[in-house]
Amino acid sequence: MIRPEQVPMREQDPRSRVHNFDEVPLGYSEMEAREEAARCLKCKTAPCVAGCPVQVDIPGFISQVEQGDFRAAAATIKRTNNLPAVCGRVCPQETQCQGVCTLGRKFEPCGIGRLERFVADWEMEHGARTHEPPPATGSRVAVVGAGPAGLTCAADLRMLGHEVTVLEALHEPGGVLMYGIPEFRLPKEVVNHEVEGLRRMGVAFEMNVVVGKSITVDELLSEGYGAVFVGSGAGLPRFLGIPGETLIGVYSANEFLTRVNLMRAWRFPEYDTPVKVGRQVAVVGGGNVAMDAARTALRLGAEKVTVLYRRTRQEMPARVEETHHAEEEGVDMQYLVNPVRLEGRDGILSDVVCLRMELGPPDDSGRRRPVPIEDSEFSLAVDTLIVAVGNQPHPLVPRTTRGLEVTKWGTVQADEQGATSRPEIFAAGDIVTGAATVISAMGAAKQAAVAIDAYVGKQ
Amino acid sequence: MPNEIVSVEPLGPQTKSFVVRAPRVAARAQPGQFVVVRLHARGERIPLTLADWSAEDGTITLVVQEVGKTTLEMGASVDEGSELADVVGPLGEPSEILSEGTVVCVAGGVGIAPVYPIARALKEAGTHVIGIAGARSEDLLFWVDRLEEACHSLVITTDDGSAGRKALVTEPLAEILAARKIARVWAIGPAVMMKFCAQACAKAGVPITVSLNPIMVDGTGMCGACRAEVGGRVRFACVDGPEFAGDQVNWDLLIARLAAYREEERCALERYRRMVREAAA
Ligand SMILES: Cc1cc2nc3c(=O)[nH]c(=O)nc-3n(C[C@H](O)[C@H](O)[C@H](O)COP(=O)(O)OP(=O)(O)OC[C@H]3O[C@@H](n4cnc5c(N)ncnc54)[C@H](O)[C@@H]3O)c2cc1C
Ligand SMILES: Cc1cc2nc3c(=O)[nH]c(=O)nc-3n(C[C@H](O)[C@H](O)[C@H](O)COP(=O)(O)OP(=O)(O)OC[C@H]3O[C@@H](n4cnc5c(N)ncnc54)[C@H](O)[C@@H]3O)c2cc1C
Ligand code: SF4
Ligand code: FES
Repeated sequence: MIRPEQVPMREQDPRSRVHNFDEVPLGYSEMEAREEAARCLKCKTAPCVAGCPVQVDIPGFISQVEQGDFRAAAATIKRTNNLPAVCGRVCPQETQCQGVCTLGRKFEPCGIGRLERFVADWEMEHGARTHEPPPATGSRVAVVGAGPAGLTCAADLRMLGHEVTVLEALHEPGGVLMYGIPEFRLPKEVVNHEVEGLRRMGVAFEMNVVVGKSITVDELLSEGYGAVFVGSGAGLPRFLGIPGETLIGVYSANEFLTRVNLMRAWRFPEYDTPVKVGRQVAVVGGGNVAMDAARTALRLGAEKVTVLYRRTRQEMPARVEETHHAEEEGVDMQYLVNPVRLEGRDGILSDVVCLRMELGPPDDSGRRRPVPIEDSEFSLAVDTLIVAVGNQPHPLVPRTTRGLEVTKWGTVQADEQGATSRPEIFAAGDIVTGAATVISAMGAAKQAAVAIDAYVGKQ
Repeated sequence: MPNEIVSVEPLGPQTKSFVVRAPRVAARAQPGQFVVVRLHARGERIPLTLADWSAEDGTITLVVQEVGKTTLEMGASVDEGSELADVVGPLGEPSEILSEGTVVCVAGGVGIAPVYPIARALKEAGTHVIGIAGARSEDLLFWVDRLEEACHSLVITTDDGSAGRKALVTEPLAEILAARKIARVWAIGPAVMMKFCAQACAKAGVPITVSLNPIMVDGTGMCGACRAEVGGRVRFACVDGPEFAGDQVNWDLLIARLAAYREEERCALERYRRMVREAAA
C-alpha cells in the first residue's frame, strides 16, 4: 500500500515564526526520509529525471535514501547538482520533477525536493568528502559573478583541473542566494557552506570587483585568463513608472531584501544598516520576490501586509509553497489590482491608489492580460510600499565588453552551450535568460563549463 | 595587503584624510568617481569620493567628514596599518573634462575633496580654472595649497570671515558669472549650497554640473536607494551619476530623502557613543 500523501515535514508554527528569521520547514529525520523514499515507484522511465533541469538521478538517490545509505545518495545527487542544499529548498519542484512524477497522477507526488534537502543537510552535518581536483591543465578561467551560475561553472571547471577565479561585485558570494532570498527560507549558513566547499577545492574568490568598472572583461583576457564566464545575473530592479515612486517609504524589493539579508538590517542596530518598515505595508507583484518581501516585512514588525497582484492566484509565478506559507502567516492577498499612483505628505508615502483589473485575452506570454476596470479606483493607506515586479539584466558588462552582443531585452546573446558572439566569452544564468530560477541558471552554467573546457583545451 | 590604511591625516576638527591601498581602484580612478567602503563585518556600506589616487603606488585618498556613526567610527578607530573590510570601485560615471574655455569649480566644506581632482584634470586638459572654496570657518578649510595648484586662481570664503572673504560661495560665483564668459560651473558641497549655485547659474544661463550624494546601499545600480529626480526623470545617482546637470535636479526631493533614516541614524550614533564610553570606563 502506497501512502497517498507525502510524509509531512515539521514546520515552525505560523504564529511564532512571524517573529523570527529562523527557517520555516524544519527538515526530515532519517526515519521520515526513509519513509518518504519508500513511496517512490523507482519508475524505469523516470519522468522526474527528464523534468529536472540538471537531470539528477532521482530514483537512484531515492533508492539509496530508502536503504539508509545517505552518503551514497549525496554522491549521486552531486554528480549533476553542486548545490543540493540550496535546490532542495528553493526549486519550484511542483513545475519540474514533482510536476511529472508518476505518483502524482493518483496521489501526492513524491517529495523529491524534501528528500534532496534531507540528503544535503545530512551530508553537511556529517562532513562532506572533499574531492581532489585532477592535475592542473594550466588554463585559467575568470568567472564574473558569484551567483548560482558562477558558482556552478567555477566548481565544474575546477573539477576539470582548470585554475578558476570568481570575481564578485558585492562583499559576499552567493548572488541572489545571499542578498535576495531571506534567511527563513535559505539560511545563509547553507550558502556559506557551499561556498566553503568551492574554496576547499581551490576556487579563488575576489570580492568587491565590479567587472566593467574595476576591470573589464577584455582586461581579464589580456591578464592571462583563457576564457571568461559571465554570470552577472539580472540584478537591476524594475520600478512601476508611476507618480510618487521617489517618496520616502517606497523600496524596490532588491533594496529592501538587500538591506535585510546581505546587510543584516533585521539585526539593526547590532549591524549598522537600518531598514524602515511601517505598520501598513503593501507589496506589488506576485512572484517569489514579492512573497519574500511580504514575509520579511511581517517579521520586521508590520501589522498588516497586503500583496497587490494584477492577475489572479492561478497566474501567480511564485512557488506554491511560498504563497501557502505567506497566506498561513497572515499576508493579505489582493488579486486583480494594479497601483496607478502613490501619494504622500511632506515627501513621505501615505497612500497607494489602485485600479481594479479583470482578465482579458491572452498576451504574448500566453497568460490572460489584465485590463483595468473603469471607475474602479480606490486607495489604501500604507507606510511602506515594496515594488517586486521583476528585475532585468544590468547593462554594465555588455556595455563595457567590445563585440558582446545583447538581445533587445538587454540579455547577453548566448546559445545552449553558453557561447556568445565572442569566442572566448561564455555566459549563462539570468544574464542570458532574464530573471528565472536557481536551477535553470545552474543547468546552463554546467553546459557552459563543458564548452569552456573544450575551448581552453584547444588553445 | 589590500584595503590597508597607509596613512591618516587630520584635516580639521571633524575631517580626516585616509590613504588606502586599493590597486585595482587606483589603476582606473577618474575624477568624479567614488568608492563604497565597509569598515568591518557589521558595517554599513558608505560611499566616499575619490579625492586623489596614485596608480603607481596603488593607493587612493579618501577625505571623510564625521557626521554619523560610521564616519565617526572611521575617524576614531581606523588607524595607519589597519584594514578596511571592503573597498569597491571606482564607481559612478567620471566627470566630463572640458579642454577649453574658462570654468568655475565651487567647493563647499568637505566638497573640497571631490572638487580637487576635477579642477586638476580640467587644468591639465587646458581649461582656465577659477576655484571657489567656502566653509563655515577657517578651521573647516583644508587642502587650500592643493586647490591653489589645481586652479589658475582661487577665492576663499568663510561664513564668519575667519579666512578669505566673509561670504557664501554664491556671492563670488554670481560676480564671476556676471563678469566673464564661463563655459561651465562645477559645484560640490552640501545640497543646499549646490541648489543655490544651480539657481545662480540658471539665471546667468551657464551650465552647471553638481555631484549628488543621496543615501546609497550597493552603489552599483542594483537597489535604487539612490533615486533622484533629474529633468523630471528618476535616475540612479550611483550609476547614472553622481554628476548631473544642476539646473535639472529636484533638490527638495534629494534633501528630503537624505533625512529618511534620521531616527535610525540617531539611534545608531547614541548606541555607538554609549559603547565608546563604556569601553573607556
Ligand atoms: C528575492 C528572490 C527570490 C527568489 N526565489 C527563488 C526561488 O525560490 N527559487 C528559484 O529557483 N529561484 C528564485 N529566484 C531566482 C533566482 O535566485 C535567480 O534566477 C538565480 O539566482 C540566478 O542566478 P545567476 O547566477 O544567474 O544570478 P545571480 O544570483 O543574480 O548572481 C549574479 C551575481 O553576479 C554579481 N554581479 C553582477 N554584476 C557584476 C559585475 N559587473 N561584476 C562582478 N559581479 C557582478 C552579482 O552581484 C551577483 O552576486 C529568486 C530571486 C529573487 C531576487
Ligand atoms: C557619491 C557620494 C560620495 C560621497 N563622498 C563623500 C566624501 O568624499 N566624504 C564624506 O565625508 N562624505 C561623502 N559622502 C557622504 C557619506 O557617504 C555620508 O556622510 C556617510 O554615509 C554618513 O554615514 P554615517 O553613518 O557616518 O552617518 P549617518 O548616521 O548615516 O548620517 C548622518 C547624517 O549624514 C547624512 N547622510 C547620510 N548618508 C549620506 C550621504 N550618502 N550623503 C550625504 N549625507 C548623508 C544624513 O542625512 C544624516 O544627516 C558621499 C556620499 C555620496 C552618495
Ligand atoms: S517519477 Fe516519482 S515515483 Fe517515479 S521515480 Fe520519479 S520520483 Fe519516483
Ligand atoms: S545605491 Fe543601489 S542602485 Fe544606487
